[in-house]
Amino acid sequence: MTSSDSLETTSRPGLRRVAIDPLTRVEGHGKVTLLLDEEGHVQQARLHIVEFRGFEVFIQGRPYWEVPVTVQRLCGICPVSHHLAASKAMDRIVGVDELTPTAEKIRRLMHYGQILQSHALHFFHLSSPDLLFGFDSEAARRNIVGVAATYPDLARRGVLLRRFGQEVIRITAGKRIHGTGSIPGGVNRSVTDAERGELRAQVGQAVDWSREAVQLVRRLFEQNLEMYRDFATFPANGLQLVREDGALDLYHGGLRARGSGGGTIFDHVDYSTYWEQVFEEVKPWSYMKFPYLRLIGPEEGWYRVGPLTRVTGCDFIPSPLAEAERRDFLAFDGGSAARATLGFHWARMIEMLHAAEVIAGLLDDPDISGGDLVRQGERRGRGVGVLEAPRGTLIHHYRVDEQGMVVRANLIVSTTHNNEAMNRAVREVARRYLDGRQLTEGLLNHIEVAIRAFDPCLSCATHALGQMPLSVELLDADGSRLDQLVRD
Amino acid sequence: MIGGPPRKLRVATTSLAGCFGCHMSLLDIDERLFDLLERIELDRSPLTDIKDLGRCDVGIVEGGVCNAENVRVLREFRARCRTLVAIGACAVNGGLPAQRNHLDLGLCLQEVYKTEPGLRNGMVPDDPELPLPLDKVHPLHEVVKIDYFLPGCPPPADAIWSFLNDLVAGRTPRLGHGLIRYD
Repeated sequence: MTSSDSLETTSRPGLRRVAIDPLTRVEGHGKVTLLLDEEGHVQQARLHIVEFRGFEVFIQGRPYWEVPVTVQRLCGICPVSHHLAASKAMDRIVGVDELTPTAEKIRRLMHYGQILQSHALHFFHLSSPDLLFGFDSEAARRNIVGVAATYPDLARRGVLLRRFGQEVIRITAGKRIHGTGSIPGGVNRSVTDAERGELRAQVGQAVDWSREAVQLVRRLFEQNLEMYRDFATFPANGLQLVREDGALDLYHGGLRARGSGGGTIFDHVDYSTYWEQVFEEVKPWSYMKFPYLRLIGPEEGWYRVGPLTRVTGCDFIPSPLAEAERRDFLAFDGGSAARATLGFHWARMIEMLHAAEVIAGLLDDPDISGGDLVRQGERRGRGVGVLEAPRGTLIHHYRVDEQGMVVRANLIVSTTHNNEAMNRAVREVARRYLDGRQLTEGLLNHIEVAIRAFDPCLSCATHALGQMPLSVELLDADGSRLDQLVRD
Repeated sequence: MIGGPPRKLRVATTSLAGCFGCHMSLLDIDERLFDLLERIELDRSPLTDIKDLGRCDVGIVEGGVCNAENVRVLREFRARCRTLVAIGACAVNGGLPAQRNHLDLGLCLQEVYKTEPGLRNGMVPDDPELPLPLDKVHPLHEVVKIDYFLPGCPPPADAIWSFLNDLVAGRTPRLGHGLIRYD
């Protein structure tokens, strides 16, 4: 049997090419190619990101205050993530380290609205057809239309959960997609009593339905335990933000990396020097780079981000219902679901429940209707903003000149962190399910099922032209630092 | 339609050099989606697993044209869809991605993938599997004839809803007050 690691590259001539193009029910543009020998053995399997854009380059020379509104056009599914990560970086540029309570809470409300709508979209609209009908079920039915025909209540709940998240965004950002609510140093609006009432009327339902969605994924695991726990599963390092006390916090925190065995690689690292932790590698067959943890090195230092990493890597979830579900998830079948690639779906629904609980709490907070919206401080030349987007850790980094124009920008988007892990999942599935067999549409869909578990946002990944800042250390034989060179 | 049984309009959608925001705005019609799906059939779309475009009544294209693959898909949409719709700022005029048009693409690629010292290894990705990027990002109508343009970043869900309702009913689409936006 071919080992999945050797599937990454091959120079053997005369192989037959099979492409899954375009990838469907994922966000953005990508394709998978397989190379097969005469006996149908898979010799190579790759996920390619096929577009190249230039956001970081063309925002150079633009005013800093424009950036939170422009860079969110990277992505129509998670614009709020980019809107807020850019705003957090620009807070630093305008010299603000702590927002007013109203601004902080409005931004959190917007962000958790985004988590909720994005997770609902991914589960109900995009992934649920595979899980409800089977990975190799009839292609014509394997979509949201098929779900609506067979499980009308479930489809309706998915649509309404997403609507609720989008409404939270509309009220805090001014618009459901590509809003303008967050600005350097704060926000430009707060929530009126009428808006608060409107959202409050729906939030209880959102909490209940999110809870039931967690239970649905649990049942899917129970019904098909062996398949679900083994499918595309492999050990991986993880990277995430956590709050000071180790709690799950999707808006702010320090960087934590854990090894595949659960050991801590680093913890509570200040993200404003993220480049000391993460390096990147280029491969000729993808526009998406391959990041790795510098401490571990390029071979073994690749890692995963996103819901599965966050839910299993935090010390606790600071809301009661989601925390109870987290404990159940970790304990399930001796922890097998928490290690499984399809465990991403379960973790994602736990986060959706957490988001609904956080929103409910904020809607009871008088601060969200406050009038103190913006702060200003001493201008700075450099700002880094990091948050946990629906798909994982999102890094924005800008340098701004004295005239307020952007001179340099670097974005590392969530999906890029998962590049190697997704390629491994593709190779794993190719080796386990496709090798030596007559390839059918249903078998090929298995590869997409593995990719969908990560909820990749290929638009984000293709827009970004990561430019890593560089930090070189000269160490002596004992490992102590003799000299350091930093370029940012 | 006189005399015949009501036939569902067959609709294909795709996103080229876009951000999927226009597709999200389509989903922002919320529960009206189920009503719409009673009256149309989806062909190739990011929401289905149909990878090959069939004969369609309506093709809805988001995003501009930034590489050779976009050109191929757009021409295929034009050839197989009776009515072709450019949806959103990027499809209508190139949008934000077209801001790269004043930059030299070759230099951009060099800077990002090769000369950037933060990289372990520098090379410009050039595998044959990667479609050739174009020097400039183009709006759709520079490549094929477009029948309708829906502006906005993204067009409001109500505009998309109103537009599709007109098409389904066989009326010439007209967008009322507040539905045409250029944000």
